[in-house]
Amino acid sequence: MSVETTTVSVPEGRPALLLAEYETPGACMKAAEKLRDAGFTKFDTHTPFPVHGMDAAMGMGDSKLGWIVLVMGITGLMTGIALITYTNGIDYPIIVGGKPAISIPAYVPVCFELTILLSAFGAVFGMFGLNQLPRHHHPVFESDRFKAATDDKFFVSVEYADPKFDADRTPELIASTHPNHIEIIEDTES
Amino acid sequence: MSFDAPIKAIGEKDLIAPKSTFKSITEAVARVTENPAPKGWWIAFLTAFSFTGVLLGSIGYLFWRGVGVWGNNSPVGWAWDITNFVWWVGIGHAGTLISAVLFLFRQKWRTSINRFAEAMTIFAVICALIFPGIHVGRVWHAYYLAPIPNQMGIWPNFKSPLLWDVFAVSTYFTVSSLFWFVGLIPDLATLRDRAKNSLRRMVYGFLSLGWRGSNRHWQNYERAYMILAALSTPLVLSVHSVVSFDFATSVEPGWHTTIFPPYFVAGAVFSGFAMVMTLLLIARSVFKLTDLVTMTHVELMNKIMLATGSLVGYAYAMEFFIAWYSGNEYERYVFINRATGPYAWAYWIMISCTVISPQLFWSKRLRTNIPLSFVVSIFINIGMWFERFVIIVTSLHRDFIPSSWGYFHPTLVDITTYLGSLGLFFTLFLLFLRWVPMIAIAELKSILPEADPHHGEHHDEAHEGDSHGEPALATTAEGH
Repeated sequence: MSVETTTVSVPEGRPALLLAEYETPGACMKAAEKLRDAGFTKFDTHTPFPVHGMDAAMGMGDSKLGWIVLVMGITGLMTGIALITYTNGIDYPIIVGGKPAISIPAYVPVCFELTILLSAFGAVFGMFGLNQLPRHHHPVFESDRFKAATDDKFFVSVEYADPKFDADRTPELIASTHPNHIEIIEDTES
Repeated sequence: MSFDAPIKAIGEKDLIAPKSTFKSITEAVARVTENPAPKGWWIAFLTAFSFTGVLLGSIGYLFWRGVGVWGNNSPVGWAWDITNFVWWVGIGHAGTLISAVLFLFRQKWRTSINRFAEAMTIFAVICALIFPGIHVGRVWHAYYLAPIPNQMGIWPNFKSPLLWDVFAVSTYFTVSSLFWFVGLIPDLATLRDRAKNSLRRMVYGFLSLGWRGSNRHWQNYERAYMILAALSTPLVLSVHSVVSFDFATSVEPGWHTTIFPPYFVAGAVFSGFAMVMTLLLIARSVFKLTDLVTMTHVELMNKIMLATGSLVGYAYAMEFFIAWYSGNEYERYVFINRATGPYAWAYWIMISCTVISPQLFWSKRLRTNIPLSFVVSIFINIGMWFERFVIIVTSLHRDFIPSSWGYFHPTLVDITTYLGSLGLFFTLFLLFLRWVPMIAIAELKSILPEADPHHGEHHDEAHEGDSHGEPALATTAEGH
């Protein structure tokens, strides 16, 4: 079966991609498994929603985000303890209700809130960092069909920079996974 | 969130109308932000916007003349301002409960309503934050709330629950906003990709951060979402607990009770769900989203209101019992005075709206009745406002010394400030409905049967050909 293939040229200096469109999450996942088994590493899938089991199909490890959040959470807790101890215990001790200037039970709410606050910053901004977002330019955006990746179509992209990439055999491999369409996004200037 | 077929044997129903597809979900949600606004939207928006003007005018007058323009005076030093604060913060609890707690419990029905409830949370907390801010009196000293030393070198008192409140509510606002924004990123990308003009493409493109649905991104994204849910769950429980500490740590009869934190949290969830219900029933019919927000959602929400409403009723009863059992004559007097004294009218409005009205939902016929659900949700909102009013004003107006007893009368500015805050809330909410996908598109797609990568596999082997309808669902379910 031959698959319709089109070429989109991108401005000079950007990495080129092979982009294949699939109708269902299942077909997209099978293609990802094939690429993984063939030893590809610089490929990705683009789906309108997270597809269950895709991480394993792509041979990805676990997310490192939890560690960032842990570090940020501990930082938040320490910030709270340091802030309260310095302001109310050392710099200007205030005696309220006959309690000691440094009164641990009264630390709990503020330290808790700061732990949560900094952990949340860690989760959100850590996720942006790991994902390298915001990034408003990417070769996949050169494709018009790619607009459906946030609607109802499923895409696989393979970078030319992948060591396993072969200009002849890789499109054949992709075509064997029954995509709707294949697009070659390449740098025509070079 | 992945798809699991509903278990028909225990009465589970489809969460989305059976004919929905990925495309139809995108279409149904995105078109609300793309088509011109219906006339009703403009009427509602202009009305709400004028009330926002009333709010700004009232606050301006307050700053000009001072807090004396309100009815607050000795002995009732906290009145509508703090009532409104607690009421709005309480309403703001449902959003995080739906988005975080129900997420951790894998309650998939939440996907149709979580975006909505989160937006409502943020706008309610904005309204809430206004009141303590303008109640401080000398607003140019509002920076005392932050850990900055004043001109005498004194820092804020970290042993004060009022300061804890500052940290709790502002953390809650920040984390809820982040949670909301993270959930929005894929949907903003959907709007970007559907944009017909370059302004929309640029604005939604900028806000969606260049999201390209990459699975390498989804992995971290889903982890971030789960961590935020896990962080928000204790946070949402802490916020209203800390708000209740404002009262519970004082030595005022009627306030000084240990039941306050759980009682306030239950009340907050109760009132928040009621507000979600009010808004959802309107938006669902105006924007024709009945396929996505089904009767199952309405019924489940009514059940939660029945549960939390009964918890609140239990707390009222327990407060009374403890007032008697404590043997403390001031405590006893406060409670007898609440039910029979000059504020008995407020107390009985509270009891009928919050305790009695949700009891109707024991009947399946009544809790699946849309007009009735709407009316009851309004009653609950009113009742929960009166609950805070009763707790604050009836406790303060007659405490230890009868010679200092008084009666609180609101002024016109009290009333306009409150109505104005409703105006601000609805203004923000109506803008949200028009410009932001009000239902989580990506999440909703993930609970469709077609979202399962193994969907239809076993079926195709058995009968080649027809690929839709019930049998496909059943075989998929058995295959796992």
